[in-house]
Amino acid sequence: MSTDVTRSSEYREMEESITMAPLERLGSNDLDQELLTLNMGPHHPATHGVLRLLVTLDGEVVRDLKPIIGYVHTGIEKTAEDKSYWKAIPAVERMDYLAYYFNAYAFCGATETLLELEVPPRAQYLRVIHMELNRIMSHLVWLGTSALDLGAMSMFWYCFRDRELIMDLFEQSSGQRMHTRYIQVGGVAEDLPRGWAEKLRTFTSQMPSRIDQYKDLLANNEIVLQRLRGICPLAEAELLALGVTGPLLRAAGNPWDLRKATPYCSYDHFDFKIPVGTEGDNWDRFAVRVAELYESVKIIEQAMDGLPEGAWITDDRKVALPPRHELATSMEALIHHFKLVTEGFRVPPGEVYFPIESPRGELGCFVRSDGSSKPARVHMRDPSFVNLQATAPMTEGSYIADLIATLAMLDPVLGGIDR
Amino acid sequence: MAVTRQKLAVVPADADLSKEDFRIRQLRARDMLRGDLEGEDLEKYVEERVLTTTLDKAVAWARSNALFPATFGLACCAIEMMSIVAARVDVARFGFEAFRASPRQADLLILSGRISIKMAPVVRRIYDQMLEPKWAIAMGACSSSQGLFNNYAIVPADKFMPVDVHVPGCPPRPEALMHGILKLRKMIQDDPDIPWREGHKAHGTEEVIPADEQEAAVNVLLPGPTSGA
Repeated sequence: MSTDVTRSSEYREMEESITMAPLERLGSNDLDQELLTLNMGPHHPATHGVLRLLVTLDGEVVRDLKPIIGYVHTGIEKTAEDKSYWKAIPAVERMDYLAYYFNAYAFCGATETLLELEVPPRAQYLRVIHMELNRIMSHLVWLGTSALDLGAMSMFWYCFRDRELIMDLFEQSSGQRMHTRYIQVGGVAEDLPRGWAEKLRTFTSQMPSRIDQYKDLLANNEIVLQRLRGICPLAEAELLALGVTGPLLRAAGNPWDLRKATPYCSYDHFDFKIPVGTEGDNWDRFAVRVAELYESVKIIEQAMDGLPEGAWITDDRKVALPPRHELATSMEALIHHFKLVTEGFRVPPGEVYFPIESPRGELGCFVRSDGSSKPARVHMRDPSFVNLQATAPMTEGSYIADLIATLAMLDPVLGGIDR
Repeated sequence: MAVTRQKLAVVPADADLSKEDFRIRQLRARDMLRGDLEGEDLEKYVEERVLTTTLDKAVAWARSNALFPATFGLACCAIEMMSIVAARVDVARFGFEAFRASPRQADLLILSGRISIKMAPVVRRIYDQMLEPKWAIAMGACSSSQGLFNNYAIVPADKFMPVDVHVPGCPPRPEALMHGILKLRKMIQDDPDIPWREGHKAHGTEEVIPADEQEAAVNVLLPGPTSGA
């Protein structure tokens, strides 16, 4: 039986190599004796993943904060460089694991740009429908877990109840709940299955009233108001200097949304609004995301109304697999199938940066091609990674309880940060 | 400290019973029902035939139906792990809904996601901090076999800690995790002594602050090493 904690092991030494001393940039003052450095994470329920924070506290007030990341570093970018383009999609999807349709689309969009490939309008609409469903799903998970951090237990069950409805739709259209690999280079994997449209209509018709209920539960709640209103604001200029995008930037009053600013995937066909805040505090971050839920429902309804007929994937046989029935009758189709499955398609040399608006902000995918069937370099500009920089300026001088609330309203996804 | 499990009630050798004529046993049972078997005879009868279970089994049954999982999310699978608490799958039906934030209060560690080389020591330390008896579920392909990312960054959980149940999937659907938890429940009921812990030196690893460091660990202003605290 060993209860000896002083035994030295490699991992203990590695953990201790991170200095716990108060950070230097605070300067030396008489208060140094009073400062407490507190380690939060990487196992901490309120960090929404394995984020580690070194917090320097003066009593209950946060004086400094240092995020330490890399605890779920997966080497996804490197893995993607080792696979042919169409096999890299599942790897890329697992980066920001609450926005898998967005990851897949950013990568596929970049590849399509390099290929100069035309995507059929029906495929574009189907992508929009699924991406907006994904945005609702991501915001529901955020709402449920954030409310849990603030002590509102029942919100978690309500939000996950609605999330299950979206999961059912994903499962029906692609066969998987998460990491669906629905978006392909050139289109989407399958046409809508029978009964899917009706199911989606049921969902979109009841979702607005559900959001109303959540707003009633939270927005008039004295505790929520006190925990969020006027807490940890950050001005628009500072957010821009840090490169923060998404709901955090829109909460500070800047209506920057790539769906409007540089429309992609036929987003310019739809009529929707960009919710913005005024103060840039936690309340605005909350309100902007809740308002976005309504807008996403509106986009989905418009896309279903105007869903064009036609192909759901490009008929370019050099990129997309031929339909199964052609393999038995056409030698050419068989050759295309064989080439695509074994080697994959080759992409002309060049590099491209393809930014889209994910639930957390600007999600950009950089792909460099050397002319082979595997990407020479894949890099994601993940919004969580950039937004995390704003944690320290937001929370300095506030209470440690507000740090938890701010982190919840920041909505970082560690899978996207560490990749 | 290691938990020793020993059988408390001793079952009489079954060899004699099996040889006994079935008709004699029938008659005795009838005697007992009539009230003819009393006092010491009845005690002896009950001791011989009713207490066939052991305290071990009763304890294992109790333990298996009240697992406290640790609130510990790693990556994608953590979202599906949260789903088992939610309304549809509702793990509370089986009594496993009490997720504990502190590993010292938990007895089930669900490795929900990919474990990087940087995270592996932390995971092992969390496992070590849990008190015996404890179990671990590797949820999803990454923590079982590196899954999709068979690369430099990921390490399967079996390399550094004992895992009792592997749940396949990427990520497994909530029903699959639920099935894994129920498998674990059956495992705990059947045979609580799980030998593969020895290979990972995972017995008796709970961290306890030594007496001479306890004061320093409680009061941060006192000088002294507090590394274990």
